[in-house]
Amino acid sequence: MSPSSLRFPGLRAVLASFFVYLYLPIIVLVVLSFNASPQATIWTGFSIDWYGRVLDNPDLMRAFRNSLLIATTAAVGATVLATLAALGTQRRQGGAVDAVNAVIALPLVVPEIVTAVASLLFFIMIGLRLGLGTVILAHLVFCIPFAYLPIRARLEGMDAALEEAAADLYATPAATFRRVTLPLLWPGLLSGLMLAFIISLDDFVITYFVSGPGATTLPVYIFGMIRIGVSPEVNAVSSLILLISIAFVAASWVIGRLKR
Amino acid sequence: MASPARSGRMLLTAPALAIIVAFMLLPLLLMAYISILEKGPAGGVRWGAHTVEAYVAFLFERDLADELVLNTDYLRIFLRSFWLAGLTTLITLAIGFPTALGMALAPPRWRTFLIFLVTVPFWANLLVRNYAWIILLRNNGLVDQARHAVGLGSGPLDLLYTPVAVLIGLVYSYLPFMVLPIFASLEKLDWRLVEAAFDLGARRWQALRRIVVPLAMPGIVAGCILVFIPGLGAFITPELLGGGKALMIGNLIQSQFGAARNWPFGAALSFALLALVLLAMLAYLLRYRAPPGAER
Repeated sequence: MSPSSLRFPGLRAVLASFFVYLYLPIIVLVVLSFNASPQATIWTGFSIDWYGRVLDNPDLMRAFRNSLLIATTAAVGATVLATLAALGTQRRQGGAVDAVNAVIALPLVVPEIVTAVASLLFFIMIGLRLGLGTVILAHLVFCIPFAYLPIRARLEGMDAALEEAAADLYATPAATFRRVTLPLLWPGLLSGLMLAFIISLDDFVITYFVSGPGATTLPVYIFGMIRIGVSPEVNAVSSLILLISIAFVAASWVIGRLKR
Repeated sequence: MASPARSGRMLLTAPALAIIVAFMLLPLLLMAYISILEKGPAGGVRWGAHTVEAYVAFLFERDLADELVLNTDYLRIFLRSFWLAGLTTLITLAIGFPTALGMALAPPRWRTFLIFLVTVPFWANLLVRNYAWIILLRNNGLVDQARHAVGLGSGPLDLLYTPVAVLIGLVYSYLPFMVLPIFASLEKLDWRLVEAAFDLGARRWQALRRIVVPLAMPGIVAGCILVFIPGLGAFITPELLGGGKALMIGNLIQSQFGAARNWPFGAALSFALLALVLLAMLAYLLRYRAPPGAER
């Protein structure tokens, strides 16, 4: 404990209340998803019926399958592109690398609603029919920076001597990559892949604009349900998507902290 | 060591750059162009017919005699958006600064876990996090129930579907964006400076105001930008918690591609929002020589 922490008393209480505030709404939502009552906010007893209802809802399950397909395709594509880009800028500095980083960060800088409008107009103008294809393309773009950052961080932290040693021992560049770089890189790769997957799975605004009628995703479907009203079914499906995200982020965090 | 192999390696960045340029940069340019086109009679645009009508429509409308008259409908939405985003920034700063200070002064082995706890809600679905507040705020929802249980008044509070509900939702949604950059600044702070201030007889408040806050300024400014900008363009929160009674710019933009069918106006609004973002980023870059939030 640093001496300064003794100078500012009460910070523990501030921290504790902050985290209660941050997590209480999420916990309330998850608890209420196990509520037996059809009145979404009045507790009458424990039940998992609403989860059964969710799994029996064919429209909802179709939306979920769409979401999985989109997130998998976009995340894998983005991870491949991001890995190539990170290898291209590895241990390099200067104007060109700064420019590459700036372009890759673009999807993080532009407000989502602006990206949504621009993508919608663009797809309509070039004559692409709105559907799964347009959603995957839009997701691919904003997944790239989320995959790029952990992969680049991992590459930058890597000891250059290892790759040089492999080269000194007559390994071809391909063999060096396969036997040295890739095994060291995989936690970064997996971490980037998972973050990209989660960002795609959770996206609502951009998907809402570019999905068209056939490509409803889980968040778009949930939005429609919320519009109709609060219900225990919405509580259940919301809890599910929350838990999926939290599980992925926690896993990605653990993997990202694996020994270098 | 710029061997040909190493400079050739830059080509590996080409596929990612090509995708972002083709499906992000080009669309943004197209959007900027569409904002200066005339709207088509049944939606869409009239190619080649240039006009600044969409920007004029921010403040004016044409009456029957085709003369410009001030239209305060949109102005009210702009003011509400700036007001709500500004207030959100102030409140998240008031909550976020002490929190970040607490995190920075926590024992080092706790810190990574605390950062993890702050980031988890950022990755959790925004739609769902706002929905949780509907459950809390709606009439006879949990806030009302808790209030009645402790005997603080009876009857509903009627919070949901008001600007206050939107404010609560915005603060909750963007709080991590304020805490993390301030924490990043505070974590690098040399606490011996603060100790020196105390040794020289500074009171707690003086040490904070004269030492800690000035040194944390890059983080504070970055946090304010990272909260204010998405707050200004918020769509989900006003849509769910404002219930049509507290519309913000994001909702106005969306309606131009739905019922209103005025693409140039929607594009102009989006472009104005984008211009604001870029100006804020540029100002930060010039002042602090690094993009906001990059020091994390």
